[in-house]
Amino acid sequence: MSTMEGYNFAYLDEQTKRMIRRALLKAVAIPGHQIPFGSREMPLPYGWGTGGIQVTAAVLGPQDVLKVIDQGADDTTNAVSIRRFFARTAGVATTTDTSAASVIQTRHRIPEKPLREDQIIVYQVPQPEPLSRLEPSRAETRRMHALAEYGLMHVKLYEDITRFGHVAISYDYPVMVNGRHLMAPSPIPAFDNPKMHQMAALQLFGAGREKRLYAIPPYTSVVSLDFDDHPFRTTRAPHACGLCGATDSYLDEVVTDDQGGRLYVCSDTDHCETRREAGHTGSESPLQEAAQ
Amino acid sequence: MSEPTLLSASGLTLRFGAIPALLDVDADLWPGEILAIVGESGSGKTTLLNVLSGKMAPQSGQVMYRDPAGALQDVHAMPAPALRALHRSDWGFVHQNPRENLRMAVSAGGNVGERLMAQGSRHYGHIRAAAIDWLEQVEIDADRVDDLPRTFSGGMLQRLQIARTLVTHPRLVFMDEPTGGLDVSVQARLLDLIRSLVRRLGIAVVLVTHDLAVARLLADRIMVMQRGEVVEAGLTDQVLDDPRHPYTQLLVSSVLQA
Repeated sequence: MSTMEGYNFAYLDEQTKRMIRRALLKAVAIPGHQIPFGSREMPLPYGWGTGGIQVTAAVLGPQDVLKVIDQGADDTTNAVSIRRFFARTAGVATTTDTSAASVIQTRHRIPEKPLREDQIIVYQVPQPEPLSRLEPSRAETRRMHALAEYGLMHVKLYEDITRFGHVAISYDYPVMVNGRHLMAPSPIPAFDNPKMHQMAALQLFGAGREKRLYAIPPYTSVVSLDFDDHPFRTTRAPHACGLCGATDSYLDEVVTDDQGGRLYVCSDTDHCETRREAGHTGSESPLQEAAQ
Repeated sequence: MSEPTLLSASGLTLRFGAIPALLDVDADLWPGEILAIVGESGSGKTTLLNVLSGKMAPQSGQVMYRDPAGALQDVHAMPAPALRALHRSDWGFVHQNPRENLRMAVSAGGNVGERLMAQGSRHYGHIRAAAIDWLEQVEIDADRVDDLPRTFSGGMLQRLQIARTLVTHPRLVFMDEPTGGLDVSVQARLLDLIRSLVRRLGIAVVLVTHDLAVARLLADRIMVMQRGEVVEAGLTDQVLDDPRHPYTQLLVSSVLQA
């Protein structure tokens, strides 16, 4: 595919990319530590992935194959727009196949298929500061990070267990990276947290509005916070995927009618399609219905 | 006294522009002892407390603290992480207004448990048990452990603050007007509680108060301050029964005799 006239490769100018790469190097050197960077105006609104798109632009090369996912899906507006954006401004090949991609920009999910060492996953982050809801002062949270004073986060967990009997954080569940920095894993479901631990791929996080970058290098320990007597647990809807029958993937609940009809399907569309191509079927798949 | 001091300050001076808040103040505190700092408003009591606890740096003079290992530490030369760690564990600070210290959106149990969690305690059951135990020690019903502090009365808030401070068994507690803003009967109960807890646990206290009755009830020794200077210091009974300095005489005589 040919690139658009009048734009530098991957939209951002080289000096900006250099600045972002420098910040990324720093971020990789201190896993989980938030690095400020000069976030640029991007041709999409804050909250739609301005941070992620800048990180992707900075790491993308002409030989890369890009995959963009939004809530696990490759075909939602955000995913389609960002994928097309880089196809036009960088001319890179794009894919929906997790294993074929070398750079994956994501919002809200980590693919079900384990990532490899030659892949990079870029997260879009709305709020990089895990302590933001607990301590309003940024000066104070920076001091808390510097001194590794994370007791306050456990006060939040304590309150949840006291009120609800369990930790009631279902997404953006705080993690401890490399045994040192408390980190917000972006709004991925707590279900995906264990995938970050010792992941083979490089994980980069970009928060455009908050102007912060952070990273987890490959094979780094990422531990979800918990209490000894209330260990971290993942939750998923207790169903099989209606289309592919998977019982181990993260599910979306789709309301199908006003009679209480529900369809549970894999939120990772690539995972679901790959399984269906391999012949797996669920209770709601068209094949099943045709057979009836 | 042959026993080494817990906290020892010498030559503390601090001026806010032309106003002298502290002028060459010396203070010594021995383990398990209660030292009251009294004086009128603006006499430098709270400034002295802030300087002693490392919250404010003096322009000259130093504050030495003997840590549990017996080594002397210069409070104002300590690295910030060490000072904060000291404030979290070995020291405590009780404010006049408990709302400054408590987290009003967090349950009483969470408030008491915070210092434990900050020290690395990661067992929910143990933290909760300690919180309930401490609520009972400060005479708050164990049923209130999950209630928010905003449902508590002023006296209960102050007792909650004390529980939150003492849960890590500090050796030294700074108190800034702990009974301020409470009515007389609640004050009496709180003083009684502070006295029994402090005596039982052997905590050393630096107590700032403008109320001589509070000082007489709690303190072993007393320091009288006027315009940033210590005008008289000594055993509480001695100073209050036989004041030497004209200002102390004035203070003592101005208390209404019941």
